[in-house]
Amino acid sequence: MADASMPHDAVGHGLPGAYEAPLFGAYSKKVGMWLFLASDSLTFGALLFAFSYNRIYTTWPTPFHVQSIINSTIMTACLLSSSLTMVMAVFAAQRHDRAWTRNWLLATMAFGTAFIVLHGMEWSKLISEGLTIPWFLKLSTAGTATGEMADISKNTPQFPATFFGLTAMHMLHVTIGVIYLGVIAFRKWFLPVLGVLWIVGFALIPSDNVFHWGIHVLLIGLIVASIILFLKPKDYDAQDVEVSGLYWHFVDLVWMFIFPLVYLLSTKIA
Amino acid sequence: MHDAATHDDSKGQYFWVWGALLALTAIEVVLGYKQVFSPVRMLEVLLVLSIIKSALIIGYFMHLKFERAIMRWMLVISVTACFVIMYFFFFPDAGRIVTLGVK
Repeated sequence: MADASMPHDAVGHGLPGAYEAPLFGAYSKKVGMWLFLASDSLTFGALLFAFSYNRIYTTWPTPFHVQSIINSTIMTACLLSSSLTMVMAVFAAQRHDRAWTRNWLLATMAFGTAFIVLHGMEWSKLISEGLTIPWFLKLSTAGTATGEMADISKNTPQFPATFFGLTAMHMLHVTIGVIYLGVIAFRKWFLPVLGVLWIVGFALIPSDNVFHWGIHVLLIGLIVASIILFLKPKDYDAQDVEVSGLYWHFVDLVWMFIFPLVYLLSTKIA
Repeated sequence: MHDAATHDDSKGQYFWVWGALLALTAIEVVLGYKQVFSPVRMLEVLLVLSIIKSALIIGYFMHLKFERAIMRWMLVISVTACFVIMYFFFFPDAGRIVTLGVK
């Protein structure tokens, strides 16, 4: 494997220990993450195109009152602040300061968790008011709700379908990001925390709430993280922290498009 | 080695970028909530602000500004090209549903 730390004139293939200089001047993990993020951006791009298409060709509702806008603005601030703490974690890792690397990663995870909780509360409120995707109407108590959101679900099912599809995909990415950072920061010690969060969440969230089942994402994360940590145990270094940071900033980046396109363009003026 | 560890980094610039991102978000919220422009113009303005914010995140937080030129240009050109292709194929094709009256 080409090492980014090799000098650029180290191209003598015949020399023992010498490697060709990397084309991009970066280590392979970083290039790999960038390529993944480029492909993932197309996933979100397709979802945003679908949302925009439906918005243009449909009589689009404007259901987001001031409370939703305040909530989503706080969520945006959480993500932006988490990016700053992530940068600080990368700096701490580069100067081999393990304590502060952990602290800054923990702060980033806290902001990410705050985002997920706020988004979950927003979802729960909208669903309880009757905003739900068509096939879910028959399965949930939201189907009996009446009012503005219930009317939107019946008259413009494209709105809840695209809204929940887009924001669920993003929420999943944030959740994966928090687990990823937890693994990088705490390695095997993070697994029991994740397990406790899953069990407590499943027990405390009411059974008629969508997150009663959504919390099982943590179980899947626990299984995947366990496989990775037990099959390939290692001490994560500054490069790993930087690569995880790339993923985290990407999650922030995607929200910078979702927030104005989904929330701000569907604002209801009181 | 040319990665985040070697270029001249000052932490202050990241706080400035963070502040700028928060300020741009505040501008977006005010524009969106006050509905200063017509919907189409609002879409254009919000998209421009979002692109500026994403450039700040990619350039500074993701350190792409400090990577080699070949990496910068390969990523930016390839992703932009994909979005351009999506725009020119997805939208006209999706529009056929309306034109043909398919429900």
